Amino acid sequence: MTAPLSIDAVEARCDTLLAAPDATLAASAPALADELLAMGEVILDTWITAKGDVPTEDTTEGFRLLALHRQAARGNASFNACRETCREVVYHHNLVRLDPTSADAPRNIRLGAMVVRHLTLFIGGKLQVDGLGDFCCSSRPIRQADTSNFSTEPVKVMEA
Amino acid sequence: MADTKKYKKVAYYPGCALEGSGHAYNRSTKAVGKELGLELVELDNWNCCGAMEVKNIDPKIQTYLSARNLSITEEMGFDTVMAPCNGCYHNLKKAEYDLGHDAKSVEVNHRLSEKAGHGEYKAGKIETIHALDWIKEAVGEEEIARRVKNSLKGLKVANYYGCMYTRPRHIFPEKDKGPGTESTSKPHFMDDILAAAGAQNVDFPLKTACCGGAHTLSDSDTSTKLVLNILTAAEACGADVVATECPTCHTGLEMHQIRAEKVLGRKTNVKILYFTQLLGMALGLSSSKVGVQENFSDSKAFLKSKGLG
Repeated sequence: MTAPLSIDAVEARCDTLLAAPDATLAASAPALADELLAMGEVILDTWITAKGDVPTEDTTEGFRLLALHRQAARGNASFNACRETCREVVYHHNLVRLDPTSADAPRNIRLGAMVVRHLTLFIGGKLQVDGLGDFCCSSRPIRQADTSNFSTEPVKVMEA
Repeated sequence: MADTKKYKKVAYYPGCALEGSGHAYNRSTKAVGKELGLELVELDNWNCCGAMEVKNIDPKIQTYLSARNLSITEEMGFDTVMAPCNGCYHNLKKAEYDLGHDAKSVEVNHRLSEKAGHGEYKAGKIETIHALDWIKEAVGEEEIARRVKNSLKGLKVANYYGCMYTRPRHIFPEKDKGPGTESTSKPHFMDDILAAAGAQNVDFPLKTACCGGAHTLSDSDTSTKLVLNILTAAEACGADVVATECPTCHTGLEMHQIRAEKVLGRKTNVKILYFTQLLGMALGLSSSKVGVQENFSDSKAFLKSKGLG
């Protein structure tokens, strides 16, 4: 199956998977595990493309999603906030792939879909508010946006 | 045998949130400390850590604001300050890192400290710890288990740490040092403490995921969706309770749980409680003693059904 191409489509697809009955998920567990991983890549591709970069085709620890996260986080420390979310996408993919006939496979697919949906919401939100600066763990100053188009140069210290 | 555990008496930096929306966390942290025989001495005349807002205007000012609190800690004769709020904890840690690695931060802190007329804080003098470090190190799981009067047995808990407790990794050099230390990728101190109190921790994939707390006003709909996703994931993992250790996360989860029901028509039943509230009740404290009545959501009937509080 071809992965959805937009963030909104990924979110909608996650909702569909979450609502699907166990039997449907169990019947195509390996394919759905791959699809979830691919959807994670689509989200990161969208972010990196929006930033004017070319998404990498490399892999990190065997997964392109982790390489994409590393690429997106370079020079943008706030991207750390979805580091574990990306790793959880990979983890749930591996859980299902390791034993696709397990009784837990539908549950693991649903949890994987929730993790992918979180990635969608987080990065979708970042795309919307990027110009405002990040009020989070590794925020960059708003003034940088005004003066240097989000450069990583230190800002002028405000006189107290 | 002499008690060699650390952090029995530490300086306490509650931060602004614990005087307002997170007051239940303040109340329960103090109550748990008292019950466990630990001493907290609140910093005199502490100031806002700069939270996220000041950092967005000028990160050096944020470093100075946190450095001032570290300077007060030193002046009061302490070598350790405990901050239960993830934002405060993060900012004190960041100030410590910046003052140890960035000459410009040192220069600005020197200038502003001089101008304000107080001692200049220099890196390496004070250790900043979180409430989780405090209880884990000063008491430990074995002692907690021994002191439990009202086990959390039967309570399924999703431990939610939020995004600032472990990030960015470089400001937490004591983490990821192997067995016994906290992990930045899979934090477990809260899991360890509540398990010692009898809780059954569920495997929860979003324990460090963003709750959208910082954008709760500028982009409420995204925050509501992020929180709803966290809460539905916790329920899918079988949790009765989401345990928190940050007032911003906690308030966000509670507020957006209500908003998700009102705006999106999506009701979740999982309860949201500070880990200090759960631990306090396990130690035999009443629900009012740990401030359950101060939470936005009403979990009293649920707690009663579990024999707690």
